[in-house]
Amino acid sequence: MAVAEDTRKIEEARAPERSQIPTVIADDLHIVYRVNGGPRGRGSATAALNRIVGRKKPVGMREVHAVRGVTFTAYRGEAIGLIGSNGSGKSTLLKAVAGLLPPERGRVYTDGQPSLLGVNAALMNDLTGERNVILGGLAMGMTREQVRERYQGIVDFSGINEKGDFITLPMRTYSSGMAARLRFSIAAAKDHDVLMIDEALATGDRKFQKRSEERIRELRKEAGTVFLVSHNNKSIRDTCDRVLWLEKGELVMDGPTDEVIKAYEKETGK
Amino acid sequence: MSAPPARDDGLTPAELAARYGLAVSGARPGLGEYVRQLWARRHFILAFSRAKLTAQYSQAKLGQVWQVATPLLNAAVYFLIFGILLGGRDGTPGGKHNYIPFLVTGVFVFTFTQTSVLSGVRAISGNLGLVRALHFPRASLPISFSLQQLQQLLYSMIVLLVILVGFGQFPTWSWFLVLPTLALQLVFNTGLSLIMARLGAKTPDLAQLMPFVMRTLMYASGVMFPLEHMLKERAGASPWLVDVLQANPVAVYMDLMRFAFIDGYTGADLPPHVWALALGWAVVAGIGGFVFFWKAEERYGRG
Repeated sequence: MAVAEDTRKIEEARAPERSQIPTVIADDLHIVYRVNGGPRGRGSATAALNRIVGRKKPVGMREVHAVRGVTFTAYRGEAIGLIGSNGSGKSTLLKAVAGLLPPERGRVYTDGQPSLLGVNAALMNDLTGERNVILGGLAMGMTREQVRERYQGIVDFSGINEKGDFITLPMRTYSSGMAARLRFSIAAAKDHDVLMIDEALATGDRKFQKRSEERIRELRKEAGTVFLVSHNNKSIRDTCDRVLWLEKGELVMDGPTDEVIKAYEKETGK
Repeated sequence: MSAPPARDDGLTPAELAARYGLAVSGARPGLGEYVRQLWARRHFILAFSRAKLTAQYSQAKLGQVWQVATPLLNAAVYFLIFGILLGGRDGTPGGKHNYIPFLVTGVFVFTFTQTSVLSGVRAISGNLGLVRALHFPRASLPISFSLQQLQQLLYSMIVLLVILVGFGQFPTWSWFLVLPTLALQLVFNTGLSLIMARLGAKTPDLAQLMPFVMRTLMYASGVMFPLEHMLKERAGASPWLVDVLQANPVAVYMDLMRFAFIDGYTGADLPPHVWALALGWAVVAGIGGFVFFWKAEERYGRG
């Protein structure tokens, strides 16, 4: 009963006084990227020497302040969309929530280990699809038994073998669509407490898109809290009940989906 | 819901987090917990090292043959330069006919440490995509790379065995000494690789610098000439310099391996306290490197 009540409440506009269980808390979060070899000081040997000898602030290093003081609390059962223009810090924010980027200032508190949906970086193009499925699964923290159990499911879901035995070929021989499908299938094979999806909905052909949307809905049901980054306002409307709007690393608006998207569309002149 | 409908509004985020038992995301676990997490990822570490090894030559037509051809060609070059042109064969323990086994053992064993260091420098800085996309104890990467180099060495060992037999060195009981030597060297290399990984994560420039450091170390450890003979007879170096150079870890593991494989290479050719040195270097680098790497665990991936 409690669960049903909780869901009903979420479908309503969020009332702040309601008691809920927080799963992710971001407290005045700042993320700074440090980039070597920006235009300033590049190629200057003396600058580099200065950097090595004196422990002063490096001259050739540029700082990119990607997230500036974001504070929010996410609760169990919520699906939260992140919107904003390119480079507004959405993906960076997700990575910080996942604990993958250390914050410059502020903190992120989470319940369990949030996971970012994506294994792109662990896969190797020179290996066969088969070995990549195993490697990707292990990289996400699945046990060998879990990987073995889900192997066939992953391959079937990706549809790689629909046009012949492609799973035993190196991934570099795949078309970009096929590779994206396999990557999504591997990533979506794991259950998550706090799940974060970064524009993964837009992979593959129509048939696969439908299948992946369905899978994301399933994952949402199993997960405690879902974050979705997307430029597609329709998919945000379909999946999310709360939206955070980021611009230049700052939180512009935080509220129910309709309200925020309306304001966002007004701002961007859509 | 069992929680009382108390108002959470007045709480600061930190208090709210404490109340519901949320933990700081990306915080560094304790050392014991870290070791446990690492152990839980052992299959990933192994699979990653094998995958790297396979991917290395997958574009080449000869494929995995290069695993053994590369070190062999290296040894051939050194034989030509140092063995024939520069007369490095003089003073080879057990006589000149031992030079080839001496050289090839040296090159393979040195390459093991060299590549571990060089790949260690890039273990974090060259895999930032992976570090920023997935959650795992970061020490998995340098450890995985040094395991990759161990597997590479095992391939080379096959060639080495053929060469040894070809030069009249037949298996004896002393060959079993290779196993403890290899184990100690692996621990040493892994520790070194962890240290280099942390340094390289902060200062990627090390990747440009380290090849020179390693080459200096190669010449200073007697990979392609008998170190003691060369320093004493040819260069007239003082004995303390010989002692220092012979005590360096690369020379220690190399000499032990030669002692194990080559008949004419006797205990008299080894530096004093060689096993103690081998163990000491492994323990110091292994534990020191691991703790040093773990200390910065939460900072990898930035910048």
